[in-house]
Amino acid sequence: MTAREIAGKVVDFDDEGFLSNPDDWNEEIAKVLAGEVGIDSLTDRHWKVIEFCRADFQARGEPPTLRRITKTGGVPTKELYSLFPKGPAKKVARIAGLGKPTGCI
Amino acid sequence: MKKLLVLGAGTAGTMVTNKLVHYLDSDEWKITIVDQEETHYYQPGFLFIPFGIYGENDVIKPKRDFVPPGVEMIVSTIERIEPEKNRVRIAKDNRYLNYDFLIIATGTNIDPSETPGLLGHEWRKSIYDFYTYEGAKALAKRLRTWKGGHLVLNIAEMPIKCPVAPLEFIFLADWYFHLQGIRDRVDLTLVTPLSGAFTKPRAADMLGNILEEKGIRVIPDFNIERVDPEQKQIISYIEQKVPYDLLVTIPVNMGAEVVEQSGLGDELNYVPVDKHTFLSTQFDNIFALGDAASLPTSKAGSVAHFAAEVFTENFLRYIDGLEMIHAFDGHANCYIESGFGKGILIDFNYDVEPLPGKFPLPGIGPFSLLQESEMNHWGKMMFRWMYWNILLKGKEMPITAQMSMAGKWN
Ligand SMILES: Cc1cc2nc3c(=O)[nH]c(=O)nc-3n(C[C@H](O)[C@H](O)[C@H](O)COP(=O)(O)OP(=O)(O)OC[C@H]3O[C@@H](n4cnc5c(N)ncnc54)[C@H](O)[C@@H]3O)c2cc1C
Repeated sequence: MTAREIAGKVVDFDDEGFLSNPDDWNEEIAKVLAGEVGIDSLTDRHWKVIEFCRADFQARGEPPTLRRITKTGGVPTKELYSLFPKGPAKKVARIAGLGKPTGCI
Repeated sequence: MKKLLVLGAGTAGTMVTNKLVHYLDSDEWKITIVDQEETHYYQPGFLFIPFGIYGENDVIKPKRDFVPPGVEMIVSTIERIEPEKNRVRIAKDNRYLNYDFLIIATGTNIDPSETPGLLGHEWRKSIYDFYTYEGAKALAKRLRTWKGGHLVLNIAEMPIKCPVAPLEFIFLADWYFHLQGIRDRVDLTLVTPLSGAFTKPRAADMLGNILEEKGIRVIPDFNIERVDPEQKQIISYIEQKVPYDLLVTIPVNMGAEVVEQSGLGDELNYVPVDKHTFLSTQFDNIFALGDAASLPTSKAGSVAHFAAEVFTENFLRYIDGLEMIHAFDGHANCYIESGFGKGILIDFNYDVEPLPGKFPLPGIGPFSLLQESEMNHWGKMMFRWMYWNILLKGKEMPITAQMSMAGKWN
């Protein structure tokens, strides 16, 4: 675990760059994290996905899978790939300040 | 009379019924088990069918042979679970079955219709599965006359039951084409949504090395969107294309439709349960066991076996109003056939990833963990006998339900 300053706040990150504590998260941090994975500006569609993931995490205690974001969150898979290129589930979890998705076992 | 209703007479349903029947007093309890099929399939055997190693007799037996006396078995499709009314509607005679306690063990199955292009005129011509009996048989027939080319094995989406089966398939394919004398005319590629060969890091490294040694290409992080059966290509959501001559697919795995239609499923139709007790998160007289349950461990027969043991002890307390003190740890124990008469064994749980060592006796084995050996191959072959004769009948196995760290090293 390493602490670093981000958007004017010092917060803990795990070894893979995911926020250690989801409660440290705020929208400013999300913007910086998005920039770090190559997403320069977050649109309304991005926020829709991020907010769904945050809410789902609150309810279930784990970051949602891609299928869950599609089926329950109502954003088509293809769009998720264009919003969050390459691994969308992982990328959203990172920007939304959730841990790394365990997803598959 | 109290009523225990078990939905699904597959691995989990059959095992747990065989266990419970010993403990539940037949004057007080009526146990009923429902399944749509008369036939029990030994699914781990499907892996060997395409290569002509197993045939029908190895993988098929009548379900009734494994349902203990005193238990009522009904062969019918289950149409709806009505948890508010504590009853289940079945197709046969439009009957309702009432219950005091319900165990959902309806498993998981492939759903090729989830990926456009799989089902169509090329299905079972140049596109095959081996997760069903029919699929495995059709593929066996195809492989007997196949002259070589590019064989692509694609996993559509995780989770799938027995997540090591695709690796075993491709290891065995390498061996099979060697025997046929055409390995030099075959390209083997594993195309997977995972970032490596397996879900857990140490095992992924080890299995990745074996794939490399065998000259099997891996394309990771590939999420299939569709198949173009004309051009013979699989295409990902980011338009990455992989051409094939022969496509072997592990389509999306989904829990039973009846689970979804009854409002009891998650996005893949699995029943959300407490991961230590299997109690439904919605209803306090419903449990889900085996592949039907949404658990963060592998969907495998061995997991169902360990789960059934822990469940039985807990259930006997639960019906007497006692707390369920035994906690399932996600224990999984899988033999991985690696070809040329060898195999690998992995043993893990919710918290501990597969580690090297000896199993089940520390230092002695006879099985080696996370390492190739001939003994492990025999373990795999013996598993079929154990399955029919010990596991399904609910008898004790010389392995503890909880994973043990003894004999493992870091
Ligand atoms: C190719 C392959 C290889 C495998 N290899 C291994 C291995 O090496 N080791 C291992 O441990 N596991 C292995 N497995 C996994 C193992 O077979 C399963 O995890 C196990 O069978 C799960 O048991 P279950 O009772 O949950 O489901 P199942 O055994 O699939 O039983 C579910 C039952 O429910 C019934 N059912 C479903 N819906 C309805 C309905 N609506 N109405 C009536 N009946 C219904 C079905 O007919 C079925 O009989 C393998 C699986 C496959 C496909």
